[in-house]
Amino acid sequence: MATTTVPSSPSAKTNRVGLEMAYYKGNKSTLCAGCGHNAISERIIEACFEMGVEPHRVAKFSGIGCSSKSPAYFLSSAYGVNAVHGRMPSVATGALLANRHLLALGVSGDGDSASIGIGQFVHLMRRNLPLIYIIEDNGCYGLTKGQFSATADVGSKLKTGVVNDLPPIDTCALAIQLGATYVARSFSGDKRQLLALVKGALAHNGTSMLDVISPCVTFNDHEGSTKSYSYVKDHDEPVADVTFVPFFEDISVDYDPGTTTSITLHDGSQVLLRKLETAYDPTNKGAALQMLTESHDKGEIVTGLFYVDPQRPNFIDLLNVMEEPLATLPESKVRPPKEVLDQVMESLM
Amino acid sequence: MATTHVEPKLDASLAGRAPIINNLSIQVATVNGSGSQTANLVLLRAIFQMGIPVSGKNLFPSNIAGLPTWFTIRASKQGYIARRRDSEYMVAMNPETAEEDVLSLKPGAACVYDERLSLKRLRDDVIFYPVPFDQLVAPVCPDARLRKLVRNMIYDGILAKLLGIEMEEIHKALQKQFRKKAKAAELNWNAARAGYEFAEKNLVKADPYTLERMNATRGKILIEGNAATALGSMFAGVTVVTWYPITPSSTVCETLTDYMKRYRIDKETGKATFAIVQAEDELAALGMALGAGWAGARSMTATSGPGISLMAEFTGFGYYVEIPAVIFDIQRVGPSTGLPTRTAQGDIISTALLSHGDTKHPMFLPCSVSECFTMAIDAFDLAEDLQTPVFVMTDLDLGMNTWMSDPFPYPTKPIARGKVLSAEDVRRMGGFERYKDVDGDGIGYRTLPGTPDRLSGWFARGSGHNEKAIYSERPDVYVNNVDRLAHKFETARHKMPGPIITESEKPEVGIIAYGTSHWAIEESLDQLRREHDIDAGYCRLRAFPFSPEVHDFINRYQRVYVVDQNRDAQMLGLLRLECSAEEIAKLRSVRHYDGSALDARSVTDEIASQEDAN
Repeated sequence: MATTTVPSSPSAKTNRVGLEMAYYKGNKSTLCAGCGHNAISERIIEACFEMGVEPHRVAKFSGIGCSSKSPAYFLSSAYGVNAVHGRMPSVATGALLANRHLLALGVSGDGDSASIGIGQFVHLMRRNLPLIYIIEDNGCYGLTKGQFSATADVGSKLKTGVVNDLPPIDTCALAIQLGATYVARSFSGDKRQLLALVKGALAHNGTSMLDVISPCVTFNDHEGSTKSYSYVKDHDEPVADVTFVPFFEDISVDYDPGTTTSITLHDGSQVLLRKLETAYDPTNKGAALQMLTESHDKGEIVTGLFYVDPQRPNFIDLLNVMEEPLATLPESKVRPPKEVLDQVMESLM
Repeated sequence: MATTHVEPKLDASLAGRAPIINNLSIQVATVNGSGSQTANLVLLRAIFQMGIPVSGKNLFPSNIAGLPTWFTIRASKQGYIARRRDSEYMVAMNPETAEEDVLSLKPGAACVYDERLSLKRLRDDVIFYPVPFDQLVAPVCPDARLRKLVRNMIYDGILAKLLGIEMEEIHKALQKQFRKKAKAAELNWNAARAGYEFAEKNLVKADPYTLERMNATRGKILIEGNAATALGSMFAGVTVVTWYPITPSSTVCETLTDYMKRYRIDKETGKATFAIVQAEDELAALGMALGAGWAGARSMTATSGPGISLMAEFTGFGYYVEIPAVIFDIQRVGPSTGLPTRTAQGDIISTALLSHGDTKHPMFLPCSVSECFTMAIDAFDLAEDLQTPVFVMTDLDLGMNTWMSDPFPYPTKPIARGKVLSAEDVRRMGGFERYKDVDGDGIGYRTLPGTPDRLSGWFARGSGHNEKAIYSERPDVYVNNVDRLAHKFETARHKMPGPIITESEKPEVGIIAYGTSHWAIEESLDQLRREHDIDAGYCRLRAFPFSPEVHDFINRYQRVYVVDQNRDAQMLGLLRLECSAEEIAKLRSVRHYDGSALDARSVTDEIASQEDAN
């Protein structure tokens, strides 16, 4: 599958489905200049363009917060719902039940996911719904002017001097433990890694949870913050170097099995993880959780693909629903004939 | 059979009384978790099969086993099926409540009881039929562990003998109840027979109440309201069902699941034409239903008052984004612990105006199992027509009790999916404006996600958007949008079912009621005429917003009693919001809110007393 040939592009400016990059752009961002979220939107645009995603198939979802404004800033011609605070997972779940062919892309924030939305977040993860769930994680509530969120580290300091003394919720550890099947952490400033991880998520069938540390330049980019650009750059410890090889690229990939692990995703694409300092196996759930705990204790911010399981059936498959979208089934499929009603009535007499 | 033989003493005044045929209420007091529901439903069905109009009300605790429960069966040749406050027959099986149960009986009533309870000493104006249940159950149920569950079936046999219920019908009803469980059916049948034989040998009939075969139930069905709601939803073509368990609504989705697995698996592919998901809570249940509605499914959830509260935010979201979904509210008494298993019309105001900001929602108000079925179908059509959450307000009484009904009519109208544009439509039109009132009815056109056209995509967001669904905080854009939503609500007013009105010759006293109150009102109208010479007109509301006929009705009558099963006269409150000062001045209130189903006597007495004071 990895050697599928792709029709040559009609022009260099268009992608494999014949669309230009402009088609993938969104409205002008109203977020602060330098906000990490804008960089994430850019990676989503590039990933969708390069992967040849058809925008009309994309359903964008978000909750409430700065992060949740961002779906308006990419893929304007796609469909989208800006839901209520912390409840985006349920809306996305319903949409996928109605139409399993949608490519669901949710964008949330650390407040939206780890506090008000933690209930829906954990249930989304355990269902392994085929959805990409990106947390734009800045450790604070930007839209309400900088309060701590539940992903803020112990000892992290607000601009006002308030110090956080509660332990953070590690959304990646939660997601792995609960059943998500593609779990990664990245940094909005690491273009290459983030792009590879988003592309991998687009190729994955199941819940992809990407926690992307995305500094808030206005409220959480100062000395004393553990989610500032400089702090994250200094403490970023990738577990492996990530390369994404899409199924449609007619290239053979040479890699050294001694240093690189290759994972084949649902659509035949590959993720190549090249060993950095120590070997890391992203298919071992227990090891992933242990690594996250240990590195957290060391004060490191580990990034990369932590866990992947391309085999676990997703929620829609488990429901045994029809291939056709339920939303548009004809009356003949959804209204049983009169004989059925007669039969039921007879049984009640 | 060794038994204590007790000869009931015949009261001289009762002995000579003419028999009272097909007009009695039987109250069975048991402990929940003791299999009494089976015995009660078999009894109900046997009377139904004898052609006698019958109704059953289960008053049960919020508990799995061990707390008192009362089941009332009313047989009425006139066809009254509302609850009655008093009973002619008591079956006292629960030691904890037996004394109080007996003391509550009216003089001349009869009481079948477990002889260990020695209740006879309590009253000399009640006819007692002591029965040694333990002795009777042992020989018919050798397995001691099952005795507790079979024991209650004995009173079915006793009552069959005392009241003249045909044992063949008890047998048939048992077969129906147990369907494929032949062993259980046989065990229960032996218990019923043991009761019958005991009564035959040992009890002397001393009360005037009897049941005789009639022909008033032929062709009718027996069904619970929640099952009717489930059936209606299936025939409405529901495709996505998302719910969270809560009494008294759970059986809507549970029964629906059973029906869908049976009748909605695609024959060609063996795949489901539906998705049913038990959500993590009611917020998620409605969030999923709205997500599905946005993506084009016919979606629903079912809940009760606490769930309605949790759905408040999402309901407002659905209202502003304009997403169809159907929400069934099986209403019950108040929050948290205490009386969640008792009935009420408790969510009328909170649901009509659910959420924050300016919101109001269409509500259907079914009174019968038949309307549970037809209104479910109508609700799905209307939700997609109006592109908004639509509520169907039933209650515990309707939802969880067994009701007699004509068979449900197969829908005659094709499924209507509302204003949905295809890619071709969008291409032809050169784009579309999601929230533009093109047709003057306040309802815009929508596309479903996945529609493959460059111009068909749109972004759904709460209150701040313009006609093109683009973010806007402009005051004029906001006003324009909420005014259109108000206009859409006016469109709903004319699409919802109007009231059913029975006029009076003498338009003085009018009654407005809705939902399950209907059955008490039907009977109360007769009582008012017979006992107080009040010939009242009756307007049964079937939906909110109210149609103009409701105002016409109020205008025609001098005093209009609005009957609510809640403390705060919630429907009266909603009427006040929509009525003129002259109309409001005519409105009076009759309220019932003790958790029991409304009875006619309460309505009659209250109206008569207010009329006297008038």
